[in-house]
Parts: sequence; C-alpha cells; structure tokens
Amino acid sequence: MQSMTENDLATTDNDLECVQVRKHFGSVRAVDDVSFEIPKGSFFSILGPSGCGKTTLMRMIAGFESPTSGDIRIKGNSVIGTPPNKRNVKMVFQHLALFPMMNVYENIAYGLRCAGVSKEVIRTKVHDVLERISLPDVANREISQLSGGQKQRIAIARCMVLDPDVLLLDEPLGALDLKLREAMKIELKLLQHQFDTTFVYITHDQSEALVMSDNVAIMNQGKFVQIGTPQELYHNPSAAFVAGFVGDTNRWAGKVTRVENGAVEVATEAGLTMRGSVRGTGTPAVGDTVSAFVRPEFISAEKTGASDKPVDPAHNVINGKVDSILFNGANSRVLVRDGAGELIEADVVLTGSTQDLKPKDNVTLSWSPEQTMCFKA
Amino acid sequence: MMQKDIKRLSLILLFAPFALWIFLLIVLPHLGMFYISVREKVGPRMYEFGLGNYINFFAEPIYWNTLIRTGSMSLLVTALALLLGFPIAYYIAKIAGNRTRGALFLMCLIPLWVSDLIRAFGWILLLRETGIISSSLQWAGVINTPIEFLYNDAAVIMGLVYTVILFMIVPLVSTLDGMDNSMIEAGYNLGGNGPTVLRRIIIPYAMPGIVSGCIVVFMLTAGSYLTPILLGGKNSSWFTEQIYDQFITRYNWESGAAFGFLLLAFTSLVVWGGLKLSGQTLNSTVAKS
Repeated sequence: MQSMTENDLATTDNDLECVQVRKHFGSVRAVDDVSFEIPKGSFFSILGPSGCGKTTLMRMIAGFESPTSGDIRIKGNSVIGTPPNKRNVKMVFQHLALFPMMNVYENIAYGLRCAGVSKEVIRTKVHDVLERISLPDVANREISQLSGGQKQRIAIARCMVLDPDVLLLDEPLGALDLKLREAMKIELKLLQHQFDTTFVYITHDQSEALVMSDNVAIMNQGKFVQIGTPQELYHNPSAAFVAGFVGDTNRWAGKVTRVENGAVEVATEAGLTMRGSVRGTGTPAVGDTVSAFVRPEFISAEKTGASDKPVDPAHNVINGKVDSILFNGANSRVLVRDGAGELIEADVVLTGSTQDLKPKDNVTLSWSPEQTMCFKA
Repeated sequence: MMQKDIKRLSLILLFAPFALWIFLLIVLPHLGMFYISVREKVGPRMYEFGLGNYINFFAEPIYWNTLIRTGSMSLLVTALALLLGFPIAYYIAKIAGNRTRGALFLMCLIPLWVSDLIRAFGWILLLRETGIISSSLQWAGVINTPIEFLYNDAAVIMGLVYTVILFMIVPLVSTLDGMDNSMIEAGYNLGGNGPTVLRRIIIPYAMPGIVSGCIVVFMLTAGSYLTPILLGGKNSSWFTEQIYDQFITRYNWESGAAFGFLLLAFTSLVVWGGLKLSGQTLNSTVAKS
C-alpha cells in the first residue's frame, strides 16, 4: 500500500483527492482504506480484476454511493453529502447511457439546460464541442443512427460540454470490438490532452490502462496495491499481485536456498534453480517461500549450440524443447518445455527464414537475475 | 414442389384459428350490426335503408350528452389510473428488489382472481348507507346520520380506477423495466434534479408504455358496463347503459346497433387524438408491450 496523502495535503493543484475512503456493504469491504490524489489535467486509471471495488469507488466519487468513512475532495473541497447533480464530476457510463429519446444535440444540451444556460449559448457550446470531437454534422441525428465509436465520443462530449473538474470513465470501451477499441484508446488520450481535464478511467483491461494513463492505480480486494506510472508498474512492481496482473509473465513458486545482498537463489517446486533480485516489501531468508516472475521479453531463446557467443555466466540458463510457436508478427512467442516439464514463455523474432525456431527444437533459455523479480510470499 | 405445398398448408393451418376468430367473432357480428344500424323501421316488419338511427342520436341531447359524459369520465379514470399506477409501476420496476417485485406484482394481480361482479358488490358493502364506512364513521362520532357513499360519480370513478389500474401497471412496468438504471443516474450526473430527470428522461422513455396503458384503460372504461351500473345506480348515465336499454328494454335493435357504432367511432377518435398529441403510433405502443 503506497500512500501519497502525507506529502502535501494543502496544495489545491489536485483535482481529486480521496482520503482513507472505505465502503462496507454489511461485512463486505468493497473499498478498504483507499487514498490517492490526482493532479490537475492528468489521466489516471484504476486497474483491477472484476469485483475489486473499482466501480464502487467510482460511484462514490460521482455521488451515487456515500463512503462508510473517509473523505473525497474535488478541487480541495469535500463533496461528502453533496448530491450527484451538484458535483462537478461527470461520468461516462459503461454502456454510455445516452438518452435514446433525444437526438445528439438534445443529449449534449441536456446538462446545459439543467444548468439554466440560455438557448444561444447552448447552441454555440454544443456546436463547439461537436467540432472538438470532430463530429460537426451529427447534431440532428438520432442516437440509434450513430456507430459505436461515434456514440462513445458523443457520451464524452455530453460530459465535457459542462466543463467538469473530473471526468470519470467506467470501462467505456468494453462494448466495442477489438479494432475500434484500439483506435478509441488513442483517441481518448488525444481527447484528454485536448480538453486538458482530469480523466479517471476504470478498467480491468491492462493494455487500456497502460497505453493511456499518466498514472495507474492497481486495485485488488478493495485496496490500492500500487500507484505509479505504467513503466514503474511494469518494471518495478511493488507486490506479487502487480507483477502477475500487469503484463504477461512467467511465474514460479519456490523456496530460497541462498541470500546475498539483494540477490537470492531460488529452487522452484518443479526443481529448477535460478538467481533473482528481491523486490517488494520484506527480505526473504533461507527457507522462505517466494514467487519469482520473469517477463517473456527478457528471456532469450537460442537453438542449443547454434550461437558461438558464450552465455553470460551470471545469467540463469535452462535447456528445453520447443513445445509450440505462437506466431503473432512482431509479438511472436515460443512455449518451451523445460526439463521439469513446465512451460516457459519467451519472446522471439520470427523472420520467416529457415533459421527460425521450430517445434521440437532444442533451445537454451537465458535471462539475467536482475529481471527475475522475487517477492516474499 | 411438395415441400412448398406442405409449407403453405401448415401456414394456412396455423393461421386458420386466428382468421376464423377475427372473421366469425369480430368482422361478421360488426357487419351484421352495421347492417341493422342503417335500416329504419317504417312499419311492423317493414324496414328501409337510411341513417335515421344515427340522426336520432344527434337530435336527442340526452344521448350524445351521455356519450360525452362517458368519454370525459373515462378520460378522468385513465388520468387517475396513470397518476396512481406510475409510482406503483416505478416502484415495482426500479426500486423493489427482485423478490419483493414478484410479490408486489402478484398483489396487483390478485383482484383479477375475483369476478367483476363480486368486486363491485364488495364496494357496495363498503360504501352503502348501512355499509362499513358509513357505520364506522357513525361509531367514531364523525357523522350523526348515515351517509350514502354509493350512486355518485366519485364512487363510479373509484370503482373503475380500481378495476382497470392493473392494465396500466403492467405495460408501465415492462417499459420501465427495460430502462437502464444508468440512464437515470446519467440524468442526475449531468446536473438534473429529481423533477427534471422525471420529466426529461423517465417519462419520455416510458411514453410507449404510458400511451399503451392509457389506450387499454380508456377502452376498457368506456366500454365497461357492470361497475358504472352497480356503483352509479340510476345516476351513472353510462353510454353502455343506453345501448343496453335500446337492445333489451326497448327492443330497438336498430338504434342500439347505431349507438354501438357511435361508441366505437368515438373511442377510436379519442385514441387517435391521444396518439397524435403524444406523438406515438399504435405500432410503437400497444404492439410493443
């Protein structure tokens, strides 16, 4: 649990702050002691598996649920007790919740009308925001006439026209097909830059969170496990959960057989021995159980005996046999069955030549102990 | 070829009961009625074609007054049923939990188990001069002499609302049920307060259900016979009573048939007007729920 609240509570540069927010439903702790702050104009994601409490957290920020304890501050002012329609926090719902009985113009104008803005101002504002999301000609269309991506942008425009302090997005890309989802990721990021508003994005899809966010919070079982930039989370996870949840990884459980300043030697349950670096909290002693993680891109796979360049003696080296090739262009991967019978994933470059790895080839896998992240269990 | 014939035959067989029903029970009787309504009695067993029965209706104020009265009271009943039914339907569809929902729905259905007649007599037991309400008010000392609550418009309207409200609740529940809760939340999130969300989001969304419930309720009310007669007595002046009188009491089938057609035309006109006013079509409302 990384807490950032002690540093500077007084600054009002934060658009959103949560201080020790808890939400209990009976004996279930949906959100448990969550604290974070989001600086102005940044893209913040909350990433976690389904049921980790991220939606409850978002509903509390929007005002649809009230926290059991703790404080939520928007632009430095507590919003506990403020009804949802009085908070300057707008939300893009999972299924967008566009109003089907209104056309695009009316959907966007709805919030302005509620605020009592005059008709001329509404007209200019709506056309302005449609311009900014580069859909200037759809004002008179019905919602059912829009494509998935257009609906998405209208849902964002409907919120942004109100100039919110914070925009909440609850897995809005979930309903789109893969291709569109990829395109919308980039578009969302661009929109966020353009509007220069704080976006809080909730998702269970790590690639969405990693691609778009300035900062990501990893949430599990109601708690924030780690907050950091996507790179930090990927390369320096602070807990085994983060290492396993963010990005693809090979995972072993084992026992420590030797410890020397920050490095350990681990014997896995299947009988492999590897050296690794200690990460996270707690220094393991000899005999402790640890989880070891190695990402596939850090494992190099070479045909046994093919390279005359000697392998770095400090590296972990394992011999195995190619079980299958997972071809995916630049992201191709091999599954290697080691002597203990476990499968290890390694990234490879497949050029299409005869030198490429093929199933049943004997391979030598090697990776540095630095890239072997060991967490005390 | 064979396959095609079988297909066609099965289609005809499937369609036959429906066609027979429509033709024998709806089209044929109405054709007969229409035929009767456009013949005038000129002597014993002597008839000739003419619109005299219809002209009669407009010439006699008591007839068309009754029709207007029936129409306006039915509209009032429809409005009351909507006002009472909407919150109930909203509660059942949106607020009640899954388990209470079934129980509540069943509670709305239970009155239908009992026949119309028995329900009306139930009201009579409550409302008559020596009935439960009157005597308990006397017992409590609120009134000195027994009061007759029956045989007035209020009793008729109350009884009718009670009879038809279920037909309002069912289509409303089914449309409101289909409404995503997040739409209501979005309404609040974007700055709307309770009345705004109700007026701009919930009611427009429920419009097909509202209109279809209103049509059914209005038709049932305008065509009802038992409740107005039993609860309104001689003062009810319901148009169906006029029709009954023409057919049975006065044995004037020609005039009764004309009245029947006039009621049909009048209610259809009101429904058409209602659809035009609310901007809905039969297809988007009754056909949907």
